[in-house]
Order: sequence, then structure tokens, then C-alpha cells
Amino acid sequence: MAADTVRGARKAGRYVLLIVVAVIVLFPIYAVLLQALKSGPDSLDHPRSLLPVDLTLSTIRAAWTQGNLGRLLLNSVFVSLMVTVGVVITSLLAAYAFAFLEFPFKGPLFIAFLATMLVPAEVTVVINERTADALGWINSYQGLIVPSLASTFGVFLVRQVFLQLPGEMREAASLDGVGHVRFLWEVAAPLSRPTLGALALFTFLGTWNAYLWPSQVIRGDRAHETIQIGLERLKNNDISKINLVTGGLVVAALPIFVMLVVFQRQLVRGLTAGAVKG
Amino acid sequence: MAYGSGVAQVRLEHITKTFGTGDDAVRAVDDVSIDIAHHEFMILLGPSGCGKSTLLRMVAGLEDPTSGEVYIADALVNDVEPKARDIAMVFQSYALYPHKTVRANIEFPLKVRGVSKTERAAEALRAADVLGLADYMHRKPGQLSGGQRQRVALARAIVRNPAVFLMDEPLSNLDAKLRGDTRAELVDLHRRLDTTILYVTHDQVEAMTMGTRVAVLNQGRLQQIGTPQQVYDQPATAFVAQFIGTPPMNLLPAGMLGSADVHVGIRPEHLELRSDGNIHAVVRQVEHLGHEILLIGDAAGTKLIARLDPSAFVPKVGDPVVFGTDPGRLHRFDAATGERVS
Amino acid sequence: MKRRLRDVPWALAMLLPSLALIAVWTVYPLVKAIQNGHLRCDVTGTKCRDAGWGRYVDVFKSREFQHALSVSLKLMVLTVPTGLVLGIALAVLADKQLRGIGFFRTAFSSTVATSVAVASLVWFVLLQPQIGVLADLFSGIFPVLKNPGLLNDPGTALFAVALSSIWANLGFTFIIVTAALQSVPRDLYESAYVDGAGSFTRFTNVTIPMIAPTLLFVGVVLTTRALQTYGEVALLTGGGPNPQQSTTTIPYLIYGKNSLIHNDLGTKSAAAVLLFLLSLIFAVVQFRGLEKRVHYGS
Repeated sequence: MAADTVRGARKAGRYVLLIVVAVIVLFPIYAVLLQALKSGPDSLDHPRSLLPVDLTLSTIRAAWTQGNLGRLLLNSVFVSLMVTVGVVITSLLAAYAFAFLEFPFKGPLFIAFLATMLVPAEVTVVINERTADALGWINSYQGLIVPSLASTFGVFLVRQVFLQLPGEMREAASLDGVGHVRFLWEVAAPLSRPTLGALALFTFLGTWNAYLWPSQVIRGDRAHETIQIGLERLKNNDISKINLVTGGLVVAALPIFVMLVVFQRQLVRGLTAGAVKG
Repeated sequence: MAYGSGVAQVRLEHITKTFGTGDDAVRAVDDVSIDIAHHEFMILLGPSGCGKSTLLRMVAGLEDPTSGEVYIADALVNDVEPKARDIAMVFQSYALYPHKTVRANIEFPLKVRGVSKTERAAEALRAADVLGLADYMHRKPGQLSGGQRQRVALARAIVRNPAVFLMDEPLSNLDAKLRGDTRAELVDLHRRLDTTILYVTHDQVEAMTMGTRVAVLNQGRLQQIGTPQQVYDQPATAFVAQFIGTPPMNLLPAGMLGSADVHVGIRPEHLELRSDGNIHAVVRQVEHLGHEILLIGDAAGTKLIARLDPSAFVPKVGDPVVFGTDPGRLHRFDAATGERVS
Repeated sequence: MKRRLRDVPWALAMLLPSLALIAVWTVYPLVKAIQNGHLRCDVTGTKCRDAGWGRYVDVFKSREFQHALSVSLKLMVLTVPTGLVLGIALAVLADKQLRGIGFFRTAFSSTVATSVAVASLVWFVLLQPQIGVLADLFSGIFPVLKNPGLLNDPGTALFAVALSSIWANLGFTFIIVTAALQSVPRDLYESAYVDGAGSFTRFTNVTIPMIAPTLLFVGVVLTTRALQTYGEVALLTGGGPNPQQSTTTIPYLIYGKNSLIHNDLGTKSAAAVLLFLLSLIFAVVQFRGLEKRVHYGS
């Protein structure tokens, strides 16, 4: 009996703690959301109360037009999709070569390939920006898309999956006269769908969220900005218009929140694939 | 049917396969030559690592011989791709495509060759019928039992109408009862399709019951080729003598019953309790199997097994006994080389 | 012999896209940056002279780099341990099969949906003096919140950036540590319980050792992110407040609009390469140093 009360108290205590922490973690999002929905775009006011009443969409609407958010979102979608498709295709091809083909220096080449994973963007962006400039790709879609079309991580991931396919299946197919392209398209890729899905999701998210490279390659060309770099335009207005930023944030963050709710499982699976043993 | 009288469908001439180089080199197949005639069911038999699978894969074109020639239907195929060799292969693990239906699996070889959709469907159905799979066409391999999956693998091979079927231990993943049933089905299939089959196994019972001829291999070398009966009655080497037959042939150490450079072999069913025999032993075990009795004895350190009729007089454990045999039932093998002497 | 070379044309064709892209956009820039690090340029960046490997030492010792280095290191010290501890705390808190726990887990994971830009701007809005919600709520307790605001005070600006980073990384850390917690076999806990171990003892003797590899992984990721902090600085403080440049991290030094070396190709390249080396060293040190104490499976 006493044990039950202790357990009950413990449980209640845990719930209290959970609620407090959740409030703290979610507060910034909630506050911004509220500010976007309660105050007008020109108002210096911030909500006097934290209750969701007296809501208006005027701030979001103003942010949309002023910040050209529609175009920004379109750009982000386009660039992210192109990069995702590109990464999946280049990874499939390269992984196939490393997993199923025999050629001289395959081993050392793969290790060299992997080593490039260590090189962070911060080092390469300096020169890449000049390369893009030399190619005339500043302020263009190519500049945003092409440098990211290959992914060593993607190749590594897909090769792992390919290596787990039974060797006899490839042999049986080869006896049947199945060539490389057909085997890749009709057997290897379909059997690797979960991994390809996780790769696609991560690539899409990574590209959507990217800030450093887009900020270097797009300079002032509003037509080609992605939402991540275009958003800050809203903050460069005078301080009285700060609420526009909140409107923009709601628009910018919403697609990703929705996407992640839909793809929750794949996200967790992908994130934990490398990190957790067992 | 007199085998060997028709044109050889598959000819292996002095095939050698070495893996690795220098001191680590392993000779998986050592100068093996085999002729396989039309419509034969040729078994490659031997223990693990004897080179039988490697040999099969060289016929398939999945491996290249280090030296030697492979002929299929009189054409030299050493440099010919597997898909162009007019062969079909059934793998030990069946190698089915798990994401395709049974129908798609069977049709796949035809699809690759550009056969039209309607013709593909018809051919696939025909092959499925032969193997009793017509009701499972829409299922995926994951929904089938082991035996059914094996039949899908067979159907996929049949649909190609190849000159030669290659099978790599197809029954080893099945449980004992299923294995027995499938053995009979394969023999029946061979008869119905009237094709040439090259079949690899380590199970001598399969070899004896299914093959028209058996090629016994050990450590890369061909020990003997012959019909099951020939291989049983006249084993060419001591290895063959002890590999074929259950319980295995008794091989007496050099000197016992013969000269010092000869091992003498006697099959358990030919080892009789005779007062005039000259092998003295002590009974160690008596096993009653119902249809026969196995008498296991110890003759100066050598284990002997004899098969007795269940109605015969059975000595007790610990009794001294005398074994003998018909002189014609003796097999003599050179103590050094293992080769048959007489 | 033939077999080995037969695949080469196919291999070439299939590897070409990835190899070409990596060569142009990863390998070449690295090599060129290392080369450019030798250059000593004038203020406009147009006239550069090769000054050899010594240039790297010069850049490292320079006032600008040393300051940026100290900022980056401070940021690292602020965000990594805190991030780890908070991640563990939240994961442990939510690691109970209570009713509705799914909601809390989703809430704690939510920041993984934010990008650098979104997270930074959220805090930008919150921390605006006078009008930011946090400023309004807490300015009674922390006057600096009202004027000039956390972001504009050189003493607190870096803390504000750290706060934004920690919050943004919380979701990621939570998800990973939760997964690690769930992979610990329950019977280890039961066996410890039977042996008389209390919850704290169980935590230190079972939980922590079992999830140690994951914690190492998270630590490396957080450290790398701390060293790569660019977007947060660009959006929250622009490297300032000036003239102290309280939040100019090494990446901001290299790429920031307000950076002093904005046009100096040689110094930028050298700094980038130095940053790369720094990241490598930290990663190696973390792996080596902690690997000995990390328990990799039974």
C-alpha cells in the first residue's frame, strides 16, 4: 500500500517534470507562433497574454508578400528535389560499381573515396565559391545544385546494402543474361528501398536546411534565393516590422515539421543507424 | 540406355583450377576430365572442398579454369559468357528474387531475352505446370515453403529450355523427409524433360539413387566415374570404397589378410561369421535395426562392421567371433596410393 | 585475366559521376585551399605573394585568428557538455512507458525539425530588447534583457548564440540517446536491481557504460557543429557586437560579411585549412581518449 503511494507520487512527479521540460523546450516555437498569429505586421506590440485568442493571419500574409516567400519556397523545393534525385542516382551507380564489379585498384579507390567524407564544407566552400564564379554559376540554380549532387555518405550507405544481397542472386541473374543496368534497376534498387528512402529523406532535409553554401553562391539575387537565406531579408527591415520575421518563420518551418511528422520512422531509423550499437 | 555412346553434351578436358599464388596456392581442381553424354544425369560427388562446386561453376562460366577446356555441345566455351552457354543453374539457396512474384521470377530469364509478354506468360505457365506451381504464380517467395521455393528455382531453369541443367546441392536446404520426396521428383523430371543434368552433392545416397553415372572427386582429383553400381561394386580407390555405401566398407590395415603393401576392403554385407574365416575379433556393439542387425567388432584395434540377417544367431557383447568372406568379395588397394589392385 | 578487366568500362561509366563531382567540389578545393594558404595578400585581396608554409603559422598566430579561435573554443565548451547532459537528462526522463509519453517524446524531438536559419531567427525574435517575448517576461530578473538586449551586449552575446545552438541540437541529441537507452538489454537492469543497486547506481554502472559509444558519437557531432558555427552567428549577431567581435567564430571569420578578412583569399584559405585540422584533432582526441573507457559490446 505504501509502496503504491510512493509509486504514484513518483509517477506524478515525473509527469510534472515532463510537462515543465516540454513547456521550456516548446516555448520558443510557441512564442514565435503566437507572435505571428496575434500581432499585426506593423505592430511593435508583442502579445500581452500567452493565450491563443484574437488570432489573425495578417502578419503571415504580409510576410508572404513582402518576403516573396512563395518564390523562396519554390526555389527550396526545386533545389532540394533536384539534389535528392541526383544524390540517389549517383550513389546507386557508384555503389553498384563498388559492390558488384571487379576492377583494378577497387580497394584503395574506395578508401580514398571514404576519406573525402572527412573534409567538411567549411574548408571547400572558399574555393568552391570561386569555382562557381569562374563557371558563371553565381546566382543560379546550377550553382546551388551541382556541387551537392554526389555524396560519399550515400555511396557508402548504398554499397553496404548491396553487399548484403545474396551473392548467388547476382550469379543467377548473370546466368539468365541480366546485364548491369537491368540488375540495378530491377533487383538491387528495389531490394534496397528502405535505405534509399532514408537517404532521400536525409538528403532532402539537408539540402532544404543548408545555409552556408547557398549564402555564398547566391548574392542578392532574390529570384534564386532559397528560403533559408531569403528569410533574413525580413529581419533587415526596421525594428518596428520585426513581426514579419515571425510570419516568415511559420511559413519556413511548417513544411519541414509536416514532413517530419509524416516520415518520423524513417528519420529516427536513419539518425540512429550509425550511432547506436545493437 | 547405353551412355557414352551418344555425342557428349558436356566435355571437360584436363581442367585445373588454382586459387591464390605462390606458397598459398590451392589447387581446387586438379586435371579433371569428364565426358557427359546427352540425357545423362551425371553426379559430381565428394566431400566438402573436393572441388565439385568449383567444377560446376566452371561449366557455368562463373569461374575460369586455370588450364583446360570446357566444351558444351561440341563448342569450346572457355571464353563464352554464362548467359550465352545455353545452360541453366539451380543454386543451393535458390537465389530467387524476393520482391518479385513467382510468375515474375519464372518469366525473368525470358524477359531478359526480349520474349514477348504473351509468349512469356505461356512459357512460364508451362514450366509452372510441370512442377505443380500453377496455383502459386501470384505469391512471393517469402510466402512459400522451402520445397516450393526450390520448385520455383527449377521452373525458372526449365523455362529457358537449356542444353544442360546445372544443380549445386539443391536438396541440402530441405529437411530429410522432403529431401527424399524431392529426389524422386527430380528423377521423374529428368525422365520427362529428357535433358542433360550435371548435379553436385556430398550425399552419396542422392548420388546412388538419382544418377545415371557418378563422378567421385576428392581434393580436386577425379577418383572414379561409373554407374552407381559400378562405383559400388568396383571402387577404383580406397577413398571411393569408403565414401560410397552405408555403413562404409571395412578397410583392414596393411598386413591383415594380405601382404604388407595392400589394404584389404570388405563390405559389411559380405563380412560373415564363419568358422573357417581368419579375422578374429571381439564383439563390441550389437545394433538391432529391425530389418537387419549390425555387429560392430574390434579386431586388434580395427573397427569392423558386419551386417547380419535378423534371424541369424547373434553373439553377445564381449564374445569372441571369427569373420570370413568369399575371396571374390575382397577389394585390394595399394597401401601407398590407394589405387585398386584387384 | 579477361574476367578482371571485363568490368572496367562499366565501372568507369558508373563511377564517373560521383568521382568527377567529388574531385571537382571536394578534392580540388581542399588541395587549392592548402596551396592558397601560402599566399600573403594585401587588404584588397588583389595582390598576393607566395610566402611558403610559414604563412600558416602567421595566420594561426594572428590576432584575428586567435580571437576567433577563442570564441569557437568558448562556444564549444558552452554547448557540448550542456548539450550532452541535457540530451541524456531528457532521454532518461522520457524513457518510461507512461501514458501519453509519445507526445512528450515528439515534443523533445521537435527541434530536430529546425534549420540553422529557422532556429537562429526564432531566438533573434525572442531576444530582441524591448519587444522580444523573453525580454518582456524576464527583464525584471535580468535587466540586460531589456537594454541593450542579450544579443547586443558583448558580455552576453556569445551566451545567446550558445543558447540558440543548444536548443537547436536538443532534438537530435534526444533522439539518438533515446534510441541508445532503448537498446540496453533490460535484464542488465534487473540483474543490478536484484543485486541491490539503487536507481543512481544503476544509472552510473549500467546505463552510462552501455550507451557510452553513442555518447561519444554525439559528443563528436556536437563538437564538430560547434566548430562549424556560422549561420547562427550571421543571423543573430553578425559577428558582433563590435568592436569586440564577441561572436566571431572561425567560420564567421572566413565567410562572414562583416569579417575583417573578407577579401583576403590567402588568409581565408589558411584559416579554413586550420579549422579542418582543428576538427580532425578534436575528433581523433575524443575517439582515442574515450575509446579506452568506452564499452563496445559484451
